[in-house]
Amino acid sequence: MGLLSDPNRRKALTNLLTRLNTPICIVCYLAAIMWFMGLAFEPFTLRTYMSENAMGSTMVEERFPSGERALSTAKEFDAHKRKAGGMPVEWLVKTMQARGLEVFTQSFSRTLPFPDENKERYMVRGTNVYGILRAPRAPRTEALVISAPCSPGNSNNQAVGLLLTLAQYFRSQVYWAKDIIFLVNEHDLIGMQAWLEGYHHTNITGIEYSPLQGRAGSIQAALSLELSSDVITSLDLVLEGLNGQLPNLDLANLFYAFCQKLGVLCTIQGKLQRNDWDTAEGYTHAAQTLMLMVLKQASGHAWGDHGLFLRYHIEAASIQGINSFRHYKTDVTTIGRLLEGMIRKLNNLLERLHQSYFFYLLPSLSRFVSIGYYMPAFGLLAVILLLRALDLWVHLGTPALAEVDGVREVEQQWTTGPNLRAICFLVSLESSSPGVLSVLTPVVISHLTGVALYLLPVQLQEMAVEHFPVSETEAVVLTAVAIYTAGLALPHNAQWLLSGEGTEQGWRVLKLTSLLYLAVLLGCTALINFSLGFILAITLVPIAACITPHMPRALSALAVVLLSPGFVILYCVFIYQELIESPVSISEGWILFLSVISQGILDHVLYRSLVYPLLALFIYPCWLMFWNILFWK
Amino acid sequence: MAASLTFLLIVAVSIRAVLFRSSLAEIISERVEVVSPLNAWKRVVEGLALLDLGVSPYSGDVFHEIADGITAVALYLSIQTYNKNVFRKQKYALESDRYPLDSHELLRSPKEMFYIPLKVAMFYLLNPFTILSCVAKSTCGLNNAIIAVFILCTLKGSALLSGIFLALATTQSIYPLTLFAPALLFLLQRLYIPVNLWRSSFWFFTSQYVFMYVGSVVVITGLSFFLLGSWDFIPSVYGFILSVPDLTPNIGLFWYFFAEMFEHFRVFFICVFQINVFFYTIPLSIKLKEHPVFLIFMQIAIISIFKSYPTVGDVALYMAFLPAWSHLYRFLRNIFLVSCVLLVCSALFPVLWHLWIYAGSANSNFYYAITLLFNVGQILLVSDYFYAYLRREHHLTHGLYLKKKDGTEATLVLK
Repeated sequence: MGLLSDPNRRKALTNLLTRLNTPICIVCYLAAIMWFMGLAFEPFTLRTYMSENAMGSTMVEERFPSGERALSTAKEFDAHKRKAGGMPVEWLVKTMQARGLEVFTQSFSRTLPFPDENKERYMVRGTNVYGILRAPRAPRTEALVISAPCSPGNSNNQAVGLLLTLAQYFRSQVYWAKDIIFLVNEHDLIGMQAWLEGYHHTNITGIEYSPLQGRAGSIQAALSLELSSDVITSLDLVLEGLNGQLPNLDLANLFYAFCQKLGVLCTIQGKLQRNDWDTAEGYTHAAQTLMLMVLKQASGHAWGDHGLFLRYHIEAASIQGINSFRHYKTDVTTIGRLLEGMIRKLNNLLERLHQSYFFYLLPSLSRFVSIGYYMPAFGLLAVILLLRALDLWVHLGTPALAEVDGVREVEQQWTTGPNLRAICFLVSLESSSPGVLSVLTPVVISHLTGVALYLLPVQLQEMAVEHFPVSETEAVVLTAVAIYTAGLALPHNAQWLLSGEGTEQGWRVLKLTSLLYLAVLLGCTALINFSLGFILAITLVPIAACITPHMPRALSALAVVLLSPGFVILYCVFIYQELIESPVSISEGWILFLSVISQGILDHVLYRSLVYPLLALFIYPCWLMFWNILFWK
Repeated sequence: MAASLTFLLIVAVSIRAVLFRSSLAEIISERVEVVSPLNAWKRVVEGLALLDLGVSPYSGDVFHEIADGITAVALYLSIQTYNKNVFRKQKYALESDRYPLDSHELLRSPKEMFYIPLKVAMFYLLNPFTILSCVAKSTCGLNNAIIAVFILCTLKGSALLSGIFLALATTQSIYPLTLFAPALLFLLQRLYIPVNLWRSSFWFFTSQYVFMYVGSVVVITGLSFFLLGSWDFIPSVYGFILSVPDLTPNIGLFWYFFAEMFEHFRVFFICVFQINVFFYTIPLSIKLKEHPVFLIFMQIAIISIFKSYPTVGDVALYMAFLPAWSHLYRFLRNIFLVSCVLLVCSALFPVLWHLWIYAGSANSNFYYAITLLFNVGQILLVSDYFYAYLRREHHLTHGLYLKKKDGTEATLVLK
């Protein structure tokens, strides 16, 4: 406490921090980037290990024999799907009943706010079919879910076939202590959302669904299966869920352990693990995997059907079969065994998965970076904001001294720094109350623009379609882009609204407010979704730290715009395409960028993803506040 | 002034009315930061229904708005009275040349003091904490109103009313008992009775006030007994407050500690924690016996930090007093740090709660860490004000520019 109460030491510390402010900030920024890049370096990461006792020490033997039958069921399913022109509900019900499950259906319908051009759907109507295998060994209080989506075209037939065959095989086993739900959901995430809401008696997204007729116990874990070919070369594990939530790391460990045991190639983010971490290629590979995970997590999108389970505190992951040109192939029987093993281990759970990490990043399947290792990278960036705020606070006090009579200057020699600054700050606030108003106006106007950006695109689509030759989706996205751009004109309007001109104090107070606001915002974001927080911090912090009205206008305006949240999304699109090895040209990238925006809005409306409201209502206004400072008169 | 106060009241009431009618009201009333098991409106309604009183007389948002309004007006009037007292005292001291010359700039001007009561009312009514608490229909607003009226009665010098309202506040939540000391000190000071244990007039007035207070407590308890027909309410209210059986997380320090505690240490630590709340009364009363109103502020703050089921409504009550000490700003040392801490914590409470309870990815340690930080922030804030107050008083008697014995400039250090 000496530091907080001893005026001399405090003064020394404050002096040091203000004098060395800029160098410290630069060092922090570079250190943050280095730290983050270091996370992919193998010696700095930890090897994954199974934490859960109930899954780690118990042995299971996989015996699933009927891969061939799964493939023939898949063909049958395919035929019926073609005949029904969608989900073959009756056939599925009959087949599941024949396999001894309790079968129920749920119908749902949902009208999207505007047509989804990626998946070509607008008015969605569908049916989920699920069968429950009741646990013979225990009261029906807990359940596991295996799901497979019924997708249009040829895809995912094998997944449904395998699901049904697994059901038949599981039915003949006696060791189940948890109910197992076999779910075939239509319209991927929308169907999954309807089923989950029906299962948990909630309605948060306004989807219409019929209530579930049968349910099992509380769901402990879920696996979602996507399989579109008879043989595969590798299995890919997808973990990123809605809002960047991740399942417990033990689920990934479980998958990895079984892949090792059965000799199946396993990937994450579609990237195989490499063993040469000490070479440049090895490191680049790990860094690319890590970056892909960060980008996917930051998008807040559910990257597989499992993504919606996480909100209900259910650990879930998607397993996707990938068939590439490699020679080494894995057949369906092995995949069935892998699933059998995983489900049996999950069946042994005594409580929900909770032992291992929930906050992690994976540079490869066998290595992980936990929250304690990656948070400092963000912390270093947040410290910059606080240091700049402190610096401003100190500066806000000092010039006021000169204005007041000489007595105060004498005081400065003996009074501790910030006390005095506190009064001076308040004195300056009180003496120039229009100053407070001039600070409040940009804040309010920025936030109103944010509200417009949040509400108007969807509200105005009809009007836009009437007046311009665009489709609804384009109308929504282009309105959003237009409002975003219109926000840039604001400083002039804000100045026009103000009676007097802004003072030197004014922009400092505004900057102080914005810095603290940004720090709180990014801190909260990084806690919920580290990747999003980090990406925003790495782009917004330099603006926030350097901006003053006295910089060369045109140049710095360009820099500020290029680092604005909208452009960050654009960069992310390009980087993502680069990382998944399908680089795009500028025009393709622009089209992708527009579809990403429409996806973001749809994610918010359909599944209540928080990324779009966060960006529109908070981050963008906060950025506008900095934009305002640049144009302060 | 009255016009601006009315305007303020209207603004505050309309904010609350809007929030009451929005869908936020339900969310807010479930927040653990805002309601505790002691003051949740849900439980009041349950209690009344159990009593078979039919529809509760207060079953509307209007009641809570009125409670907040009363608190604000009472605080406004109290601070006005207090400022008048301070100014009068300052004038006498100035006339009798008691202040050293160089400390004259520390004196308070009527111009600066004019808007303080309004600012106090504003700090209470427009504080987001109060608004949340009111919208959640937490009975904390009612407790605050009673304490505010108690302060008003005390400052107006009415010993009887002061005793009655203190008794009401005490029977509601025990802790306001510690406000007895400052109230007594203030009333003594008002009647020019010195605090001297050998003087009969001191003992006479003290026993008088004790009698009024204890009498009211007995009457209120008796009334409760006749209303309920049994003594059950004593263990279920006071036992509940003192033995802390409900460990629902809140912004206080008790829940985590006692959830982690081995059962056989529980009694001991409950005693320690509860004595902690009351203990500060003695040293603070001795140190601040000349400044009972500041003592009231300190006591309210300490109660709201250390009580067993604190909510943000309690925090709002003592924060309302901060404008009254605005002349201390020049001596505050950590106000920037503390306000940052409080701001960040307020934002992180709901985030970590979400991660713990809904997402299931964080756990109670995260939430408790923020609780701890929030309370450390509050303690720093209060001790900073305490230090600043003492320091100003010191400068008022010893001059602003202190010299060491060898003639160099001296600094005051609190260690």
